[in-house]
Amino acid sequence: MEFARSTVLVCGGTGCTSSGSQKVMKEFEAQIIAKGLEKEVKVIQTGCFGLCALGPVVIVYPEGSFYSMVKPEDVEEIVSEHLLKGRIVKRLLYEETVEESAVKSLNEVDFYKKQQRIALRNCGVINPENIEEYIAVDGYRALGKVLTEMKPEDVIEEIKKSGLRGRGGGGFPTGVKWMLAANSPNVEGKFVCCNADEGDPGAFMDRSVLEGDPHAVIEAMAIAAYAINAEQGYIYIRAEYPIAVERLQIAIDQAKEYGLLGENIFDTGFNFDLEIRLGAGAFVCGEETALMTSIEGKRGEPRPRPPFPAVKGLFGKPTLLNNVETYANIPQIILNGADWFSSIGTEKSKGTKVFALGGKINNTGLVEIPMGTTLREIVEEIGGGIPGGKKFKAAQTGGPSGGCIPASLMDVPIDYDSLIQIGSMMGSGGLIVMDEDNCMVDIAKFFLEFTVDESCGKCTPCRIGTKRMLEILTRITKGKGTMEDLDKLEALAYDIKESALCGLGQTAPNPVLSTLRYFKDEYIAHVVDKRCPAGVCKDLLNYVIVADKCKGCSLCAKQCPVGAISGEVKSPFSIDPAKCIKCGACVEKCPFKAITVQ
Amino acid sequence: MKSLAELEAIKNKVKNQVAMRQDDDHTTRIVVGMATCGIAAGARPVLNALVEEVGKRNLEHVTVAQTGCIGMCRLEPIVEVMVPGQEKVTYVKMSPEKAQRIISEHIVNGRVVNDLTIGAAQE
Repeated sequence: MEFARSTVLVCGGTGCTSSGSQKVMKEFEAQIIAKGLEKEVKVIQTGCFGLCALGPVVIVYPEGSFYSMVKPEDVEEIVSEHLLKGRIVKRLLYEETVEESAVKSLNEVDFYKKQQRIALRNCGVINPENIEEYIAVDGYRALGKVLTEMKPEDVIEEIKKSGLRGRGGGGFPTGVKWMLAANSPNVEGKFVCCNADEGDPGAFMDRSVLEGDPHAVIEAMAIAAYAINAEQGYIYIRAEYPIAVERLQIAIDQAKEYGLLGENIFDTGFNFDLEIRLGAGAFVCGEETALMTSIEGKRGEPRPRPPFPAVKGLFGKPTLLNNVETYANIPQIILNGADWFSSIGTEKSKGTKVFALGGKINNTGLVEIPMGTTLREIVEEIGGGIPGGKKFKAAQTGGPSGGCIPASLMDVPIDYDSLIQIGSMMGSGGLIVMDEDNCMVDIAKFFLEFTVDESCGKCTPCRIGTKRMLEILTRITKGKGTMEDLDKLEALAYDIKESALCGLGQTAPNPVLSTLRYFKDEYIAHVVDKRCPAGVCKDLLNYVIVADKCKGCSLCAKQCPVGAISGEVKSPFSIDPAKCIKCGACVEKCPFKAITVQ
Repeated sequence: MKSLAELEAIKNKVKNQVAMRQDDDHTTRIVVGMATCGIAAGARPVLNALVEEVGKRNLEHVTVAQTGCIGMCRLEPIVEVMVPGQEKVTYVKMSPEKAQRIISEHIVNGRVVNDLTIGAAQE
């Protein structure tokens, strides 16, 4: 099939795969053959489109029809109506794209309108398992340009000029990092590494880039290797990302086959080889020194810096380590120029940032926005607001290393420096939205539980300090905290920040500190009034039957697993707080909504 | 991979496959009526001829799409050509041979094929 008239793109990202896109794709292939269209219509598996909440997602070109939540049994209708007869199946279209009788193009939909895709530009557009499709969209041209037309120092200068900063969280200027690695003398080798050990709860940007556009990362690493004079690279990725690992391996094999990895690339004498290293899913291995220790085959533990990796890194050699998303920007900067890239974003934060939107939001998924976009735009416009008409309370960025942004700061532009200023951080890009039903003390406790679990145990402040913080928080959520505990919590947080060995320990107290800063009244409610305003902390809740509303039907008493509810039929019942285990079963059962939580 | 030219050759070979996914403002759209009436009148070979011709000539910024019934079933197969900034041209009673003429005369050389338009059919 040389020139297919139609192309069916089926999302093969992890989100859509788990909602059944593989079955949908198989069904498409079968139906197309059944209808005799296999010479005219091509089915391609792509990476993530971003709208994971609506998966499995299918796009049919050239019309650009965006079908959402496609089930295998819907496929026959799409094939016979749309592909055979040219009638778009409106019932299955993403409803935002249907406006009265007209069908809107995807770029006009609220979810995509404000996005600008650089790192994700090929995700959902090309087939990630076919190197030729990547080449068709200018893939490997940046590498060719760099090798044949530019000197290593020109490349570094271009990256510096672009203003690109590390997308893994810290925000260190990428060009400077490259320069430092380039300046280290090459004695028996240097290394280029890619950090794909994405571990923040709720973050999946790097996974999506690797699943949707693996060649972009490979190309960028080759460019980096040329710039710093290295010949060997490693991609450190967690084994929990099986689809990403598989596509990456296919991509590496294809690049070798096409002579884009290996020896004498573009006939310039430049050699570069790339290997994958699988991580076992320890959060600490996302920290750069621990990551390199793990690649060396040792237990993943951080070590003090300096020496920095640029001087003494992997196997004791100078090493350049960047995050997946950082790399994904590089080919575009080389092709379009530093001036183009630095025209996007804010004064000190250039370009775009990918965020994984999650929590209490309608459009759960992946978005890429220019730096400087406000949280309000992300939540209300791109994210489609909060389900059930609830009120926005806060957003957590940066995962367990970050902090929360309260509703009052929703109009602060999202960039590295503004976020640090308000006590959060960019992080790798997880963005969890919380509404009025979320308890901020409970959220802080959740992230701290994660850090306590994941602490590698090498340094005392992180190993013991975070554990003590968690104990205090647990006390507070049980209604046994004191005002003194709050002071102790804050003091301990600052001590850990100053004394922990690596970035993970130093940032672990951030969720506590930022919730203390913006939601101190909630902490005080827990401590002084022994009350959880959001109704989350179980030990502080009391279930009460409102006598006026209770008709005495006895349904609740029958439902109660511990026999805590008693009363006479046709007169108000009551709950014995000493017996109640606060399971909430009675609330769900009551037909008159007579049971309230206080 | 030995040179940029080699890379460019692969790109040229596959770019048409990807091009239809990158709709932009200056894309010419060729739309074929593919409802039951159109298919019965022979729209499918017309559609395939258009796609093949666009591919063979390596035309950029041209997409071939299908649509439903336009309403003049007796004139099917119907093909509409929409060049950005110009009025839509409707061709009727198409065949694969006529489709090739439309590509070579209208799309490539910018001359509307008057004798095949709906206006000519109604006189």
